[in-house]
Amino acid sequence: MILVWLIVILMAGGLLAWLAQRWHRASPRWIALGSVLATLGTTVYLWLAMPSATLGASPWLLQYDLPWIPQWGVSFSLALDGLSLLMLLLTFFLGLVAILISWKEIKNKVGFFHFNLLWVLAGITGVFLTMDLFLFYFFWEVMLIPMYFMIGIWGHENRNYAAYKFFIFTQASGLLMLLAILGLYFIHGSQTGTYTFNYFALLNTALAPEAALLLMFGFLAAFLVKLPVVPFHSWLPDAHSEAPTAGSVILAGLLLKTGAYGLLRFVLPLFPTAAVEFAPWAMLLGVIGIIYGAILAFSQTDLKRLVAYTSVSHMGFVILGVFAFNELALQGVVMQMITHGLSTGALFILAGFLYERLHTRDIRLMGGFWSKAPKMGVVALVFVMASLGLPGLGNFIAEFLTLVGSWQANNVLTIFATIGLVMATAYSLRIMQKVFYEPAAVEQPELPDLTSREMLIAAPMIAGILWLGLYPQPVLDLAKPSVQEQLQSFVPSVENKTIVGRQTAFTTTTTDTVYFQITKGITYERK
Amino acid sequence: MKAMADLLWLIPALPFAGALLLVLFGNRISRGLVTAIGTGSVGVSAAITLLLGIEYLSSQPAYYHQEVWNWFSVAGFNPSIAFHLDALSMVFIFVITFVGFLIHIYSTEYMAEDADYSRFFACMNLFVGSMLVLVMADNLLLLYLGWEGVGLCSYLLIGFWYKEPANGYAARKAFIITRVGDTAMAIGLFMLFQAFGTLHIQTISTEAVQLWDTGAQMAVIIAFLLLGGAVGKSGQLPLQTWLPDAMAGPTPVSALIHAATMVTAGVYLIARMHVIFELAPVAMMAVAAIGAVTLLIAGFAALTQYDLKRVLAYSTISQIGYMFLALGVGAWSAGVFHFMIHAFFKALLFLCAGAIILALHHEQDMRKMGGLRTSMPVVFWTFLIGAASLAAFPLVSAGFYSKDQILWLQLAGENGSVWLYAAGLLGAFVTSIYTFRMVFITFYGEAKTHVGHQPTMAIKVPLIILGVLSLLGGFIELPHNFGHVVLFSDFLSPILPAVSVVPGFDQYEWMLQVLAAVVSLGGIYIAYLFYLSKPELLASIHRSNTAMAVHRFWHSGWGFDKLYDTLLVRPYVFLANVNKRDVIDGFYTGLARVAEGFHMMLSDTQSGVLRNYVAGIVVGAIMILTISIFL
Repeated sequence: MILVWLIVILMAGGLLAWLAQRWHRASPRWIALGSVLATLGTTVYLWLAMPSATLGASPWLLQYDLPWIPQWGVSFSLALDGLSLLMLLLTFFLGLVAILISWKEIKNKVGFFHFNLLWVLAGITGVFLTMDLFLFYFFWEVMLIPMYFMIGIWGHENRNYAAYKFFIFTQASGLLMLLAILGLYFIHGSQTGTYTFNYFALLNTALAPEAALLLMFGFLAAFLVKLPVVPFHSWLPDAHSEAPTAGSVILAGLLLKTGAYGLLRFVLPLFPTAAVEFAPWAMLLGVIGIIYGAILAFSQTDLKRLVAYTSVSHMGFVILGVFAFNELALQGVVMQMITHGLSTGALFILAGFLYERLHTRDIRLMGGFWSKAPKMGVVALVFVMASLGLPGLGNFIAEFLTLVGSWQANNVLTIFATIGLVMATAYSLRIMQKVFYEPAAVEQPELPDLTSREMLIAAPMIAGILWLGLYPQPVLDLAKPSVQEQLQSFVPSVENKTIVGRQTAFTTTTTDTVYFQITKGITYERK
Repeated sequence: MKAMADLLWLIPALPFAGALLLVLFGNRISRGLVTAIGTGSVGVSAAITLLLGIEYLSSQPAYYHQEVWNWFSVAGFNPSIAFHLDALSMVFIFVITFVGFLIHIYSTEYMAEDADYSRFFACMNLFVGSMLVLVMADNLLLLYLGWEGVGLCSYLLIGFWYKEPANGYAARKAFIITRVGDTAMAIGLFMLFQAFGTLHIQTISTEAVQLWDTGAQMAVIIAFLLLGGAVGKSGQLPLQTWLPDAMAGPTPVSALIHAATMVTAGVYLIARMHVIFELAPVAMMAVAAIGAVTLLIAGFAALTQYDLKRVLAYSTISQIGYMFLALGVGAWSAGVFHFMIHAFFKALLFLCAGAIILALHHEQDMRKMGGLRTSMPVVFWTFLIGAASLAAFPLVSAGFYSKDQILWLQLAGENGSVWLYAAGLLGAFVTSIYTFRMVFITFYGEAKTHVGHQPTMAIKVPLIILGVLSLLGGFIELPHNFGHVVLFSDFLSPILPAVSVVPGFDQYEWMLQVLAAVVSLGGIYIAYLFYLSKPELLASIHRSNTAMAVHRFWHSGWGFDKLYDTLLVRPYVFLANVNKRDVIDGFYTGLARVAEGFHMMLSDTQSGVLRNYVAGIVVGAIMILTISIFL
C-alpha cells in the first residue's frame, strides 16, 4: 500500500498546489516541498528499515496488486525491489532539488508549474514501480505531457520548438513500444489462454526468434530514444537547453534513467535470446554515442547544450554495460544512472545559477568567475571532475565497473569506449577554462557568489557524489539481487529451476499480497 | 610495536585533512593558520614516516599492511582502501613527505604575496595526499585513484595563475596528455582483472609467475599498456610534450610535482609491477629504448633553452630517461636510487631557480640574468651543488654515484647493450654541458637585472638541507671497487631482485668510471669554453645557418608539439566545430521540412476557387474511369 501512497501523494500534492495558488502565491512551493519530502522520507524509511537479509532471499521487497480492468487482464500492480528503491531515492532527491532551485526562478503560473513538476515525478515513480505493462505504458505517458508543458511554458527563447520535438520523439517511439506490448500480450494470450499484461506472467512467454526480435525492437525504440542513443538523440540537446533549470535536472537526472531502467527491467528478461543477438550492435551504438557526444560537447558554446551532449556521451556507457550481460557491467550501469543523475543534475543547476545572474547561457560571454565566485568555482570543479570520471567521485566507480564488465564481453569496443574518457577530459576542462579561469572577452556585470539556499542545494550533492565514489557499497548491495535477477537468463545456472514458493518477508500492511515468485524456466547460456 | 604501524593511514590522511580544511575555511582564517595547517599536516606526516622508517629498519618486517575500509565489492571484484608499506614504498614516501615538507616551508615565503595563498596550500596538500596514496596503495585501483588525483593537482597548480590563458592551456595540455597514458593503463587494469580476478598487487605479483611463461602474449600486452601510463605521467617519449609547458605553475610546484615526485610515478609503477615486466622481455627492451631516446632528445633540447625553468624541465625528462634506462635492463634498485638522488638535486635546482626568479621580479630568461654569484651567495653555492650532482661531477656529488651505477649496468648487466651504454654516456656529456651552461650564464658575467627580494630563512634552510642531501646522499650506495657500500640496494633487495652481472666484467669497472668522470668534466669544460672564456665560439655558431636551424629544431623540443598539433589537435577541433550543429539533427529537420512541404502543397489546393475544384473533380473522375477501363 505504501507504494500506491507514493504516487497518490505526488498526484494529490500536484492538484492541491495548482488549486492553492488562488489562496496564496507562495503556497504551491510549500505544498510541493511537503509532498516530495513526504515521499523522500518514506523511501528513506523503506531503505533503512529493509532488513538486508530479505534482499538475499528474493529481490522483491514490497508488492501491491489490485485488479483494474480484469476483462483485459490489466491490474494495478506495483512492486519494489532494490533497483527500483534506488531509482526512487534518486527521483525524490532530485525532485526535492528541482523544487528548491525553482524557488526563485519560477515566477509565473507557480501553481501550474508545481502541478506539472509533481506529476512528472509521479509518472516517473510509476514507471519505476509498475509490474503491469499496460500500466507501464500509462505512466510512460504521464511523464511525457507535464514535461511538455514545463518546457513549453517556462522554457527559454526557443521553447516551443524544443517542446514539440521532445513530444514527437518520445510519443512516436512510445507508440512503437505500445505495439510491442500488445504483440506480447496477444502472443502470450494465444499460447496460454490467459490474456494478461502482468510482467511476471509475460516473462514466461515462449517467443519465436523473429517475433522476439521484432517485439524487442518495439521496446528498444522507446528506451533508446529516451536514453538517448545516437542517432536518436537529437531531441535531447534542444529539450535540455530550452527547459527551465528544474526541467533540465529532471530530464537529465530522471527521464533518461527511465530508458536505462526499461532496458534492465524489460528488454533483458523478456527477450534474452534476441538481446544477445542484438548485443554487438547495441554496444557499438553505445560506443558511437560516447564518442559522438563527446565530440559535439567539445564544440558547444551554449553551456546547457554542452552539458546535454555530455549526457549523450555518458549514456553511451549505459547501453554498453547493459548489453555486456555481466554483473560488473550491470552494477556499473546502475551506478552510472545514479551518479550521472547527481553530476549532470548539478551541472545543469550551475548553468541555472549562472543564467539567473547573467541572463545568458553563452560561455563566450562568461569568464574569470573563479575570482568573483570562488564557492561556485569549487562546486563546478567537483562536478566537472565527476563528469570526466575522476577516481574518488561516484562516476569513476560507475564507468570503471562498466568498462571492466564490458571488457569481458567485447575488447575492441571497450578500448574505444575508454578513449572516450580522454575526450571527456577535453570537454570537461573546457567548461572550467571558459567559465571560471580565462578572463572574459566582454565586460562582466557583478557576479554574486552562491547564496546559502544555493549552497544548501549544492552541498548535499557534493557529499553524495563523494560518498558514492568512496563507499558505494550500500548502493551496490541494494542493487545486487535485482541485477542478478535480470541476469538470470544469461548466465549458466546450476540452480534448481522448479517452482519455488518464496514469501516476501517485508509486509508492513496486511493489504500487501503475499507473492509467490516463479523462477523462470528459460535458461540461456552465452558462448 | 604494533602501535606505530596502526598510524599508517595517517600519513596520507593528514595532508587530505589539511586540504579539506583549507578548502572549507581557507578564506576565513588568517595566513598564519593557513601556513600552520598547510605545512603542519605534511610535517606531521613526515614525522610519522620517520618514526615508521626507524621502526622498519630496526625490526625488519616484510611489510606493513593496513586496511582502512572495503571500497566496494562486486562479483568478486573487491578492492579495498588499504595501504601496503614495504621498502620500495618507504623510499617513495620518505622523499614525498620530506622533500614535500621542505618545499611547503619554502612556499610560505615564495607565495607570501599571493592573493590565493590558501588555495595554493590546499592544492599542494591534496597533491601530497594523493601521491602518498599512489605509492602506498595495496591494489592497482587505489593506485589509480592516487594516479589521477595527482593529475588533478598538477592541472590545478599548473593553471594556478589562471588569469593568463596560456597557463590554462598548459594545464589542460598536461591533464589531457597524461590522460592518454592513463587510458592505456586503465585498459591494462581491465586485462589484469580478467586474468587474475583481482587488482591486488601482491596477489598479481605472486600469481603472475605461475600463470604465464616468460614472453607470454598477455603479459607483454599488459606490460606495454602499463608502460603507456608510465610514459604519460613521467613525461617520456612519445607523451613528453606536456612537461616543459607545465613550468607555467609557481616554481615550488615545478620542484615538487614536476621534478621530484609526481613525474617519477611512472618509475614507481614499473618498479612496483616489475614481475609483469620481467615476464615481458620485449616490454623491458622498450622501456630501456624509450629511456635512451628520451634522455638524448630532452638533453639536446635542454641545450638550447633560454628559460631557466625550461632547461630544468627538459633536464627532468632526460633524467627520468636514465631511470627508465635502468629499469629497462632490470637494474631496479639503480633506477629507484637515481629517483631518490634526482629528487634531492632537482628539487634543489628548482628551488634555487625560484629564489632567483623571485629576486629578479619573475624574470625567467637566463639572458637577462648574470652575475648572481656575488649578489646571492647561498643560492649560488647550493645551485652549484645541485648542478654538480646533475652533471655527475666525479666523487663528491651524489649524482655521480647514482648515474654511474646505471651506466655500468648498461654494459655489465645481463640485458644491457653497448648501444644503451653509448646513449647514456652521450647523454651524460650533454647533461654536463647544459647544466654548466646554465650555471655560467646565470651566475657569472655581469649583472643584467637588479636583485630585488633577497631570500630569507624559509628559502635558505630548505636549500641548504637539500644541498647536503645532494652531496652526501650518494654515499649510501658506492661501487664495489670503491668503498662498496650497498645500504640502499640491500634495503630494497627483498622487493626488487638484483640485476645479474655478466661474470668477469668487474675488472673493467674502473675504466668505465674514469670514462664517465672524463665525460662529465669534459662537458663542464666545453660549457666553460663557450659561455665563459671564449664567447666568440658561441658567436660563430650563431652565424652558421645550419647550426641555427638545428638550434631552432631542438629549441622547439624536436617539433613534437607541432606534430601533435597538426596530426591530432587540429583535426579534432576541426571535426568538432564543423559538426557543431549536429548533422544527425539535420536528418530530422529534413523530415520535418518534407512534411511541411506536403502540407503546403495540399493546403494550396484549398483555394476556395470553384472552377479549380470542378477541374479537380473532372480530372479525378477521368482518371478513375481510365483506370477502371484498363484494369
